[in-house]
Amino acid sequence: MTSLPVVPDAGDIDALREAARRIRVEVVRTINTVRVGHMGGSLSEADVLAALYFGAMRIRPDQPHWPERDRFTLSKGHASVGLYATLALRGFFPVEELLTFDQADTRLQGHPDMTRLPGLDMSTGSLGMGISAAVGMALAARLAGSPSRTFTLLGDGECQEGSVWEAAMVASRYRLNRLVAIVDHNKLQQFGWQGTGHEDRLPPEEPGELVSKWSAFGWRVLEIDGHDMAQIADALASATSQTDDRPVAIIANTIKGKGLSFAEGQYLWHVKIPTPAEFAQAMAELGEPVDAEAAR
Amino acid sequence: MTLPMGRAMREVFGETVTALADTDPRVVMLDGDLGTSTRAEIFERAHPERFLQMGIAEQNMLGVAAGMAASGFMPFISTFVAFAVVRPLDQIRVLIAQPKLNVKIIGSYAGLFVGAAGKTHQIVDDISIMRAMPNMVTISPADDVETGQAIRWAAAYDGPVYIRLVRDVTQRLFDDAYAFDVAKSVVVREGTDVTLISTGAETPRVVDAAEILAQTGTSCHVLHVPTLKPLDVAGIVAAANKTGLVVTVEEHSIIGGLGGAVAETLGEHSPTAMKRLGLQDTFGESASNADLLDRFGLSSNRVAEQVTAFLAQRARR
Ligand SMILES: Cc1ncc(C[n+]2csc(CCOP(=O)(O)OP(=O)(O)O)c2C)c(N)n1
Repeated sequence: MTSLPVVPDAGDIDALREAARRIRVEVVRTINTVRVGHMGGSLSEADVLAALYFGAMRIRPDQPHWPERDRFTLSKGHASVGLYATLALRGFFPVEELLTFDQADTRLQGHPDMTRLPGLDMSTGSLGMGISAAVGMALAARLAGSPSRTFTLLGDGECQEGSVWEAAMVASRYRLNRLVAIVDHNKLQQFGWQGTGHEDRLPPEEPGELVSKWSAFGWRVLEIDGHDMAQIADALASATSQTDDRPVAIIANTIKGKGLSFAEGQYLWHVKIPTPAEFAQAMAELGEPVDAEAAR
Repeated sequence: MTLPMGRAMREVFGETVTALADTDPRVVMLDGDLGTSTRAEIFERAHPERFLQMGIAEQNMLGVAAGMAASGFMPFISTFVAFAVVRPLDQIRVLIAQPKLNVKIIGSYAGLFVGAAGKTHQIVDDISIMRAMPNMVTISPADDVETGQAIRWAAAYDGPVYIRLVRDVTQRLFDDAYAFDVAKSVVVREGTDVTLISTGAETPRVVDAAEILAQTGTSCHVLHVPTLKPLDVAGIVAAANKTGLVVTVEEHSIIGGLGGAVAETLGEHSPTAMKRLGLQDTFGESASNADLLDRFGLSSNRVAEQVTAFLAQRARR
């Protein structure tokens, strides 16, 4: 397996795209093998995670506890497979270990468990909490005089939790401009509101609602296409430039199940497991050569 | 000799509340974005206008339920135990339990089996918390038959009720002749050497454990306690006195749960040597169902082993 290049200044957009593709391949492979895991939200977040871990974030995989590292909390902790795939590909642990996901004695618990896996900055899984911890980390960095920046990734459904807005309020009150919250705005939650037919579910928020809410809470808001790597990299560069004293929210417009034509925009793919035919189709669509697949 | 499999409690939940709503216009379902998992989706299909999606916002959901109950409706709550009990606990305390409002909190995914989720979704102390809450009736059914009856009982009762259901299909303990009585525990097997007391979906496994123990000559008296509050004090004391030795077994923390409740009861009314099996002051973790039961000593074999060890230890005294 060839190791993926790291792109500190996010200059090499193609390299970041390849990292995102590899993350998706490992997400699908892992879920297909262990037969559990949240597919839809792990695929929608893949590009943002690639841009963070292979680009924007200052981290040292061989020193996961380096005090001045940038911090990350996966507030939408159910999409753990996406984060595990990212950390593995970035060199925090062997890619083969992904197949232990959710099995007895694994370091890769169903939801991120910081007591088990170095590289996880916070335990999450109950929605609406990871952002509070991120606010705490940003406050701590400021008090300690550390250059560390803090990133957190939320779901758009998760933004229904009141505690998200308690955190947003405190972050802007303390002008935490080294804090970046990214919302994976994939327009679906787990079940949500019924649309016109039973199979059709409405998005968690009305169009534009997230931008106006985060702005109203005193955050600097950037809205981007969360699958356009150049836009993601630019937004992260802007978000970490402290252009003013506000914390930054990036509303990343994404597609749940991104990359698998049969899963995209389908609410049931929140936790669905692929059939053998779907798995083969997924690998083909992700451009993962079948030979390489067989050779593993 | 093991008990047969029944149906999943959550299917029974979706169907039973739907059937109740067919004839009772007060019944509404409030969902915390988990209707696909809790099977509240069955209710949504049948009564879309009374299915109220509250989003991923459990504290608000329990508060809304209180308001609807105060206005004459009978809200049923659909979410996981994890998000039905601990997240909105203050709303439950102040808005539901203190004013004794008619809200039915039906938590799904109780115990260890939460399907690829691990410790964040495994609430080990929901019984301890809810039975300590004044006014809160707390029920932990053993199987699908008892689940349906407990939900119907809850609908007939005016006041807050908490019922905890497990995610996966359970063994069936009761047949259609069974009649759930909220005030009563149930002797499911007569015996003379040791009394096994259990609750929830652990009871069928304890019945299997009693069968295993019978093969090695140990006669177990098995008591199922579906209602943790109000507790059947007389039934527990009688079962304990039958053998003079008690082992409690629960898919839950031994602190404050069934084991705690039985210890409090016997300590006050009929001190009896006992052993509490269950989670020993620890959180859950990711693993297959079989691995989890084995690890936490709750499979039939592991229960039988521990009962044998307890009896040997008592015999040496
Ligand atoms: C407090 C809490 N309530 C409910 C859940 C169950 N749950 C897990 S994922 C999910 C839907 C999340 O939707 P969203 O935030 O939009 O995530 P995504 O679509 O990106 O997967 C729900 C309701 C939870 N984990 N935590």
